[in-house]
Amino acid sequence: MQLVLERRAERSAIIAIASPLIAIALTLVTVAVLFEIMGKSPITALSVYFIEPLTDPFSLQEIAVKATPLVMIAIGLSLCYIANIWNIGAEGQFIVGAVCGSWLAVRTNGTWVGPWVLPVMLLLGALGGALYGLIPALCRVYFGASEILTSLMLVYVGNLGMDYLVRGPWRDPHGLNFPTTAEFDRVATVPTLFVGAGRLHAGSVIALVVVMLATVLLGRMIMGFEIRLVGAAPKAARFSGFSTDRLVLFTFAVSGALAGLAGIIEVAGPIGHLDPGLSSGYGFTAIIVAFLGRLNPIGILFAGLFVALTFIGGETAQITMKVSPDFTKVFQGILLFYVLACDSLIIYRVRLIQSVRKPAHAA
Amino acid sequence: MLLEAILLSVIAASTPLLLAASGELVVERSGVLNLGVEGMMIVGAACGFAGAYMSGSTVVGALCGILAGAALAAIFGILTLGLAVNQVATGLALTILGVGLSGLIGKGFVGEKIVLVQHLHLPFLTDLPAVGRILFGEDPFVYVSIALIIGIWLFLYRTRAGLVLRAVGDNHASAHALGYPVLKIRMLAVLFGGGCAGLGGAFLPLAYTPFFIPGMTAGRGWIALALVVFASWRPLRLVGGAYLFGAVSILQLHTQALGLGVPPQLMSALPYLATVIVLVLISRTRGTAGSAAPACLGVVFVPDR
Amino acid sequence: MNKRIIFAVAAAAALALAAVTFHASAADKLKVGFIGVGPIGDLGWTFQHDVGRQAMVKALGDKVDTTFVENVPEGADAERAIEQLARTGHKLIFTTSFGFMDATIKVAAKYPNVFFEHCTGFKRAANVSTYAARFYEGRYIQGQIAAKMSKSGVIGYIVSFPIPEVISGINSTILGAQSINPNIKVKIVWVNSWFDPPKEADAAKALVDQGADILTQHTDSPAAMQIAEQRGIHAFGQSSDMIKFGPKAQLTADTDYWGNYYTQRATAVLDGKWKSEDTWGGLDAGMVVMSPYTNMPDDVKKMAMETQAAITAGTLHPFKCPVVDQDGKTLECKGGTRLDDGQILSMNFYVKGIDDKVPGK
Repeated sequence: MQLVLERRAERSAIIAIASPLIAIALTLVTVAVLFEIMGKSPITALSVYFIEPLTDPFSLQEIAVKATPLVMIAIGLSLCYIANIWNIGAEGQFIVGAVCGSWLAVRTNGTWVGPWVLPVMLLLGALGGALYGLIPALCRVYFGASEILTSLMLVYVGNLGMDYLVRGPWRDPHGLNFPTTAEFDRVATVPTLFVGAGRLHAGSVIALVVVMLATVLLGRMIMGFEIRLVGAAPKAARFSGFSTDRLVLFTFAVSGALAGLAGIIEVAGPIGHLDPGLSSGYGFTAIIVAFLGRLNPIGILFAGLFVALTFIGGETAQITMKVSPDFTKVFQGILLFYVLACDSLIIYRVRLIQSVRKPAHAA
Repeated sequence: MLLEAILLSVIAASTPLLLAASGELVVERSGVLNLGVEGMMIVGAACGFAGAYMSGSTVVGALCGILAGAALAAIFGILTLGLAVNQVATGLALTILGVGLSGLIGKGFVGEKIVLVQHLHLPFLTDLPAVGRILFGEDPFVYVSIALIIGIWLFLYRTRAGLVLRAVGDNHASAHALGYPVLKIRMLAVLFGGGCAGLGGAFLPLAYTPFFIPGMTAGRGWIALALVVFASWRPLRLVGGAYLFGAVSILQLHTQALGLGVPPQLMSALPYLATVIVLVLISRTRGTAGSAAPACLGVVFVPDR
Repeated sequence: MNKRIIFAVAAAAALALAAVTFHASAADKLKVGFIGVGPIGDLGWTFQHDVGRQAMVKALGDKVDTTFVENVPEGADAERAIEQLARTGHKLIFTTSFGFMDATIKVAAKYPNVFFEHCTGFKRAANVSTYAARFYEGRYIQGQIAAKMSKSGVIGYIVSFPIPEVISGINSTILGAQSINPNIKVKIVWVNSWFDPPKEADAAKALVDQGADILTQHTDSPAAMQIAEQRGIHAFGQSSDMIKFGPKAQLTADTDYWGNYYTQRATAVLDGKWKSEDTWGGLDAGMVVMSPYTNMPDDVKKMAMETQAAITAGTLHPFKCPVVDQDGKTLECKGGTRLDDGQILSMNFYVKGIDDKVPGK
């Protein structure tokens, strides 16, 4: 007797709908058990994590602020992942985009140049991210090198490059040698939506626009069809004349651009200057968001908000319940595991069968 | 002398990398890409320290580290091999989970101190000038790491089981057709990789700095992943790569102490840049059809019924 | 869609529970919050702030209720964490790292009825105070001890970032050392982090391998002390007493003691007398406390204690004029017989006798 995985004849529609629910339910149960082990009341803890942040406008805004970069990056990544192109370097593209956009802010700091500064910064950020994303793409197209590993390595290079700039040439001359650039001028800062009442900023609007554009792209445009076809049936795609190489370049460029845009928005918005603590791992968390959202733009929007909720809830839990911040990571890891597992059951089913072993060849 | 001292530091810095990368090499040769090395290492560090602190024995600590890494790897294996889930996403989730778990586990032990493992001391040999301490005065982990990689080399290239494992990594469909239990072999490899990563992580509190601090692996797991690629999935090259990467991190500090003006970020970036370059070069020599990586690396396998 | 249903159901269920669990607690307790840049377990900087917090709790007992949020990165998250504390009824908030400065000011502007105390910063507001300790006083003493105890004449210095606080620490150490041995040398390694034990250990090893036989640091973990113990040399602890990690190695430690200050400030809030101030206390205010002098001969101990007494009394100042920089220029003596506070707070040069260059200049 053994458990085997068997491919279903067609995707199970029931599980497709129920999968996120089952995953969330399983996670909540597991997490409740963990809370119990840690000696905290599970109901209170779950309420602090998930309900509390939804109950007041400040936290709601914070959720949106935290979700904005996650959603933007994840949308870009989803385009890659649908086509089985593995961009793991979003973190690096995020940072490089932030650096490229910040260049203009640092150059024009303290001098009035015009309201065009911010849009150009955003453009530079997207461009920088796109170019940085093209490096692993080119390595794959021209050299056959695995994009997983090249994009991952470039994350570190990008981070160190930013570190060098911020500690050296771009350091704020009045910042007492602290490794950070000068605070960006007002004109170089992403405006908040409700002035003085919350940190929700224009970047969130841009994120929503990105979600809508992605939905259109994937649903109605040839390129979107190409992406989906290459992912589902690469041979058929090639036969139809769609070039995987071109797609690799396209998806890396777009996801790099989105990550870079998210980077400069984060720097020019909530943070306000460039410093080494720039990213708390957005590029990697976005990968989780992409999978959680089932690589679907609307799904990613909700997934991003949900993951942001867990971050905010985690901070509140630290304050009101003295729960360690590590717990948020444990929670996110467990959630992703369950989501991935449940999703697998859409395509496969698990069956218990009699062992039928073919004897191994005596070679 | 300074060179001897530097070499000793380099060896110490490289050992956790070598341990973790050795395990991951076996995993990847079997066709599985486990990006969760950092998570497994840091859980190994937390449990290793906890085990050593509570039992007073380094060996117990090391075993705890190995088991912790393997346990986490088991979760990975069940998902990716049992449920055919995407390996990249699962590996990343494993990293995040591992970092979080290690913080929770280690929290109670922060501030405590253990006794570092004893270094070897052979009466005449260790006192030899220049090479004595390097060859005969290391801590047990160093010797284990060397023995491990040699063992892996022998296994992969000189045993039938190793041949089968490599076959599974290069062409799982054919291996399956020949009757080999692809998933079982991969699971064993994954567990082994987890144990090695856990041991590599446990090295840090047991032999390097005798306390546990959250996040003490500081990205070494990711470097170990890079190492496997840098070494083109060949065990002997892995040794060279590990010591090279360790050397870069140590030399960066020495150049500072000497007052040379090399930007530390440049030196820290070198291992990663080197890996990208190596990856490009080795892929080129095989033509655009593929790289030197195991052909089925990361590809999901579900046996046909 | 599915997630919304879940939330709605759960929210309905939880509302009842929320009403039960989150009833207002005793309104009399003063809620005091702390934001730490590292883990309390760093056994260094953040740890000492927690020690201070515990001392305050001990002194004020039931009158205070404290919260310590650790591991808050100095970026966008900092502002949110500080604001969370303000929103959850904390009336006195200590932000314990330089990098929280702008976040503190921003949040303070939104919550004029909450009092903020920013450690090692320089921006104040009507409801924002700043406070720091004159670490450099302790370092002068350490410099003198180092010069007496070092056989190689080389001090190894492990540091984080080239901010003035760190640079004045280096200078003070060297000036103290030079007062005993004018030819003392120092080797400096920047680890670019306040807290990275393996890297600090590596830096310590590199310095020792290059001839330093006394180690001192401006980073937060006991890694270097542990290396000193292993190698049989001496070292100075930083921020907290690290004797546990270096029973034979530690000479003394330049510890920060925040307990009295925290108690004073909380009392001021309770009495309604809190005002925005800038506090920079040293040995005299009990904010810098030297760990017991150990592992040294009696005459060195005597010298250290005499220097300590002199600094405490104000008869000796580490930065007494003339102070000459690396390029040979004598600094303008704005404080009369010594450099004034402003000069020390913005110190951006090395004194004569240090061969390295300040990074980034």
